[in-house]
Amino acid sequence: MTINIWSILKFFAYVAIIMFFLFPIAWVFNMSFMTNDEILRKVPALFYEPTLKNYVALWEGELAIEGFATMYIFFKQNLINSAILSVGSVSVTLLLGVPAAYAFARYKFKGGEDIAFTLLSFRFAPALLIILPLNLYFSKIGLYDSYFALIWVYQLITLPLLLWIVRGYFEDISPDIEYAYRLDGHSWFQSFWRISIPLAKPGIAAASLLCFIYAWNNFVFALILGSSQIQPVTVGALAFITASAIPYGLIACGIVVSVLPTLILALFIQKYLVQGLSLGAIKG
Amino acid sequence: MKINRKLFPYVLTLPALLVCVGILIPFFTAVYYSLQRYNLKMPHMKGFIWFDNYVNIFTDPSFWNTIKVSLTYTFFTIIIELLLGLGIALLLAKRNWLNNTLGVLLVLPLMIAPALASLIWRLLINPNFGVVNYLLSFIGLDGFTWASHPNTVLFTLIMVDVWVFTPFIMILLLAGLRSLPRQPFEAAELDGVPEYYKFFRITLPMLFPFILTASLFRLLESIQQFDIIYALSQGGPGESSMVFQVSAYLQTFQYTNIGKAAAMMVVLWAICYFLCHVFVQQWHKLKIKTKGELLQ
Repeated sequence: MTINIWSILKFFAYVAIIMFFLFPIAWVFNMSFMTNDEILRKVPALFYEPTLKNYVALWEGELAIEGFATMYIFFKQNLINSAILSVGSVSVTLLLGVPAAYAFARYKFKGGEDIAFTLLSFRFAPALLIILPLNLYFSKIGLYDSYFALIWVYQLITLPLLLWIVRGYFEDISPDIEYAYRLDGHSWFQSFWRISIPLAKPGIAAASLLCFIYAWNNFVFALILGSSQIQPVTVGALAFITASAIPYGLIACGIVVSVLPTLILALFIQKYLVQGLSLGAIKG
Repeated sequence: MKINRKLFPYVLTLPALLVCVGILIPFFTAVYYSLQRYNLKMPHMKGFIWFDNYVNIFTDPSFWNTIKVSLTYTFFTIIIELLLGLGIALLLAKRNWLNNTLGVLLVLPLMIAPALASLIWRLLINPNFGVVNYLLSFIGLDGFTWASHPNTVLFTLIMVDVWVFTPFIMILLLAGLRSLPRQPFEAAELDGVPEYYKFFRITLPMLFPFILTASLFRLLESIQQFDIIYALSQGGPGESSMVFQVSAYLQTFQYTNIGKAAAMMVVLWAICYFLCHVFVQQWHKLKIKTKGELLQ
């Protein structure tokens, strides 16, 4: 009998977990195919004619409301901005971070640990502390509202992330392989490029995807340092929901489009996620 | 061209260091601002006032309210996420298709931007059409006030935080559980040790470093949470959900009181810096532990 009670409890636990964690995503996805009338029904509609109208409106940037004027939607630009900012940040991070990660892994040098720690502490510093003065600086030197400035500030989160993950991968590569290659008369750079990087490639790839997700998901930097012209989807979606008269289905559609890229990427790096999230402390 | 061997690692880290310096400058500027009377609306009043801003915020009841709300938020999110994350990890520990699939799917909320997660929940708990309200009406919970009432707003925010970040704890603890050595469990099995004893005396102690690491991570993020709260309640109604960063944000952009906002952020930074130190020590310990176990 006791086994039965346990399995019943377990069954309910599974149902509760799925309901709480997955139902919200599923329902917003569902809402994105609804018209406003269907959403505003007293009893939520489970059976309805799904429409792609919201997606079309989002893409074309305008929505004709019957008996009303045409509404212009800015969201596509937010998506483009998100892509520019995320790809830009990850590229810069790779350029700056991989050599530094290698140095931290291979060489014991004076101040090395301190530098590594300082970089990590940025990841955990209150974002506003740094952005507030930057906001004033950027306005003064005319960098406010530029992709360049934002990508630079994004390094605050992406650089330590990549550095601490990739460092672990370089540490796992035996230096002997590199030495052997260099004894053959190859330069340091050749051994770094042909031996070390290919061996650490899975780690670098996973770390850059995780950096991409973090950059895509960032909210506060662009909220403060950019105008609506360069803001990403996270800020754009908030403006979307607070603006009046935008159909709820369209808001849901905007949210779906904004979260889809990171959800899909997450499935790709599943294997590396634990290691990435714990900055290399826990092997998944 | 030959670069000095000793200098070489510095050359490699130099680009990253430059970014570092670029960030240290605004940091010190913020500390400097915190010692000044600096309000954008009254530029002529600008001047050095030593620690007046700090005295000011610590004698201000609304800052104490901010501290109280921040700590309440942090405490409850971490406790709930830890218990729930541990529970789910234990439930999913055995490898089978259902558990593996759920392990993958449950990570999804964590991959959603916290700000967007707030918006998702805003659509679900909307008083006009929110499906959650509809579902709750079946169990007699009609018209729950969610974020619109001071008594329920913190609950709502904590719920969203739990929704986003429980998967974080879950995935780390699941990895920890699955990496535990088998022998102690087999020995306990042979001795016929009861299930609860096994859990409290073997599983939990061995899992402890993982639990500590995961909670420190969460602690550092939770006490600074901005996205979820700004996107859902902006600190309101009144000041009932006013946490550190939202308060500093409003202080800057609504009251343009840069000096006061900077002082608040420095206080928060000091808390975080301390936690970060504890965190790095723990990180090193855990790394040695997991690497050591791999060697066995």
